[in-house]
Amino acid sequence: MGYEKKKILCLILFLVIFPVLVNYIPAISNYLEVMIFAGIFCLVTIGLSLLMGYAGQISLGHAAFLGIGAYSSGILTTKFGLSPWLGILAGVALSSAIAVVVGIPSLKLKGHYLAMATLGFGEIVFIVFNEEVDLTGGPSGFADIPYLHIGSFEFTSELTYYILVWSVVLIGLFFALNLIHSRVGRAWKAIHGNELAAEAMGVPTSKYKLKIFVLSSIYASIAGSLYTHYICFLNPSSFDLFWSIKFVMMVIVGGMNSVWGAIIGTVLLTYLGNEWLTAFKHFDVLVYGFILLLITMFLPGGIVSLPEILKSKRTITR
Amino acid sequence: MENTAQLVQYILTGITIGAIYALVGLGYNIIYNVTEVINFAQGEFVVLGGLVMVFMTNTLHLSLPVGFFLSVGIVTILGALMDKLTIQPIKNATVLTLIIITIAVSIIFKGLAMLIWGRDPYTLPAFSKAPPFTLFHAIIQPQALWVLGITTVVVILLSLFFRYTMVGKAMLACADSPEASRLMGIPVQRMVLISFVLSAAIGAVAGIVITPISLMEYDRGALLGLKGFGASILGGLGSFSGAVIAGLILGLIESLCAGYVSSGYKDAVALIVLLLVLFIKPSGFFAGKRASLKKF
Repeated sequence: MGYEKKKILCLILFLVIFPVLVNYIPAISNYLEVMIFAGIFCLVTIGLSLLMGYAGQISLGHAAFLGIGAYSSGILTTKFGLSPWLGILAGVALSSAIAVVVGIPSLKLKGHYLAMATLGFGEIVFIVFNEEVDLTGGPSGFADIPYLHIGSFEFTSELTYYILVWSVVLIGLFFALNLIHSRVGRAWKAIHGNELAAEAMGVPTSKYKLKIFVLSSIYASIAGSLYTHYICFLNPSSFDLFWSIKFVMMVIVGGMNSVWGAIIGTVLLTYLGNEWLTAFKHFDVLVYGFILLLITMFLPGGIVSLPEILKSKRTITR
Repeated sequence: MENTAQLVQYILTGITIGAIYALVGLGYNIIYNVTEVINFAQGEFVVLGGLVMVFMTNTLHLSLPVGFFLSVGIVTILGALMDKLTIQPIKNATVLTLIIITIAVSIIFKGLAMLIWGRDPYTLPAFSKAPPFTLFHAIIQPQALWVLGITTVVVILLSLFFRYTMVGKAMLACADSPEASRLMGIPVQRMVLISFVLSAAIGAVAGIVITPISLMEYDRGALLGLKGFGASILGGLGSFSGAVIAGLILGLIESLCAGYVSSGYKDAVALIVLLLVLFIKPSGFFAGKRASLKKF
C-alpha cells in the first residue's frame, strides 16, 4: 500500500495545482470543465477496470448503468421534486437491483457470450430510454434538472463541481484500492487467472463475479447522477452503445490491469474527444478505432505498461 | 379480410428481414466454426455491402450484375484484410483481446463508412422493375422475392461447398480440431482466411439485397450484427441450418411484435430473445449434437 500512497498523493497534488494552472493559462481555460467530465467518466472506468482487469469479465453495456443513474436522479428530482441526493441513492438502488437481475444469468456465460449479452442488455436499456417518452422525454430528452446543493449552497460553478466530482473519484479510487488488496481482490485475481482452479480452491466464484458486477454498476450509476446534475439536461444519446465501447476503450488504452490505467486512459480519451480531436470532426470515429486497435495489438498492457517496457528495453541494449 | 391481409403482410415482412438475419448469422457461424472467434464486425460487412453497392449503382451507374459482384468483391477484400492485418498477427490471443480487436475493426469500418458516405441513409433501385403485386390482399414488393431467392441460393451454395469441396471439408475439420487438422496437413491459417472471406461476402450480399427495401446508413452495423448473432445463437452457434431457421423466426417475431404490440420496441424484441436464449439454453434450440459440444 505504501507505493499506492505515493501515487495517491501525486494525484491529489495534481488535482490541486490543475485549477490554478488553468486559471493562469488562457489557452487551456476550458480544460477545467473537461476535467469534470473526465472525473465523471473515471468513476465508470474505475468500476469497469475492477470488473475487466481484476475479475477478467467484460461488459459492453456499462453506459446503460450510467444512464439508469442519470435518468433516476433526473426524473425523481425534476418530476417528483425529490432532493438530488435521494435521487442519487435511488439510482444506486435501481442500478444494483438491475445489475443483480442481469448479472446472475449473464455471468454464467464466458467470453464472447458475456460480451454479447451485455451488449444486448445495453441496447435494450437504450431503446427503453428512447421509447418511454412519458418518463424520459424520448429522443429529445428533458431539461431543467436541478443542481446539487447542500443547504442553500448550490454546486453551480465549475470549480465547486470540479472539487465535488474529484472528491467522489478519490473516495471511489481509495475504496477500489482497498478492495484490490483485500481478500476479495485476491479472489478476483484467482478468478481471472483460472476460474476452475479458483473454484476448486474454495473461492465462491459466481458470488464474487456478481459482487464486482454490482459494484461497478454502482460506480457507473453515481457517475450518471453526477453527470445529470451538472449538465442539467438529459437525452439518450450519451448512453448508447458507442459510449459503452468508449468506456471499455478508456480502460484498455490506459492499461486494463490497474485502476491507475483506467484513470489515465479516461482523462486522456476525454481530452481527445472534447479538445484535441475536434479538429478531425468526422474522422474522430476512425481515429478511436485505430487507437483501440493499435493499443490492443502492440501495447496490450496499455499506457501504464510503457515505463516497464522502456526499462526492460534499456537493460537489453546495455 | 383486412385482418388476414395484415397478417400476411407482417409475415412476409418478417420473413424478408429474417432472411437477412439468417445471412448475418451464417457469417458468424462460418468464422466461429473455424476460429472460435465471434466477429463483432459482422454487421459492418452488411452495411459496407449496401453502401458500396450504392456507390456502384448511383455514382458509377454500373449495371446490376457488375455492381453486385464488384461490391461483394470489395467487401470480401476488406474481410481478407481484416484477417491478414488484425487476426493473424496476434499470437496466443485471449478471448478478451480478440473481442476488442474485432470491435476496433468494426469501429474503423463504421468510421470509414461515415467518412465516405456521411450520416444520411441511402437507397437503391429495386432489382427488377416489376410493379408490386397482391397475394391474399397483401401487397408484395418484388424485391422481397429477390431477398428470399438470393438467400436460398447462398444457403444452397454454402451447403454444397461444405459437403462436396475439399476446402469446405478442410474447414469443417478445422472446426472439429485445429490441432488434428494441422497434423493432417491442412493449412489452418489459410482456412481462417477463407472463413473471413466467405463471411464478408455473405454479409455484403445481405446488405446489397436489403438496401432497396430498408435503406442503409453507416451506423446500422451494430444492431444488424446483434440480431444476426441472435439468429446464430438461437439456432445453435456453428449450426448452418439452425441459423437459417432461427433467423426467419427472429424476423417473424420482430415483425409481428412491430405490427400488433409496439413498433417502438421492435428492435428490442430480437435482443430480448437473444438474452433469453443466452440465459436459458446458450447451446441453441435448433442444432444437432455437434454444436452443443462447443464450449461456452
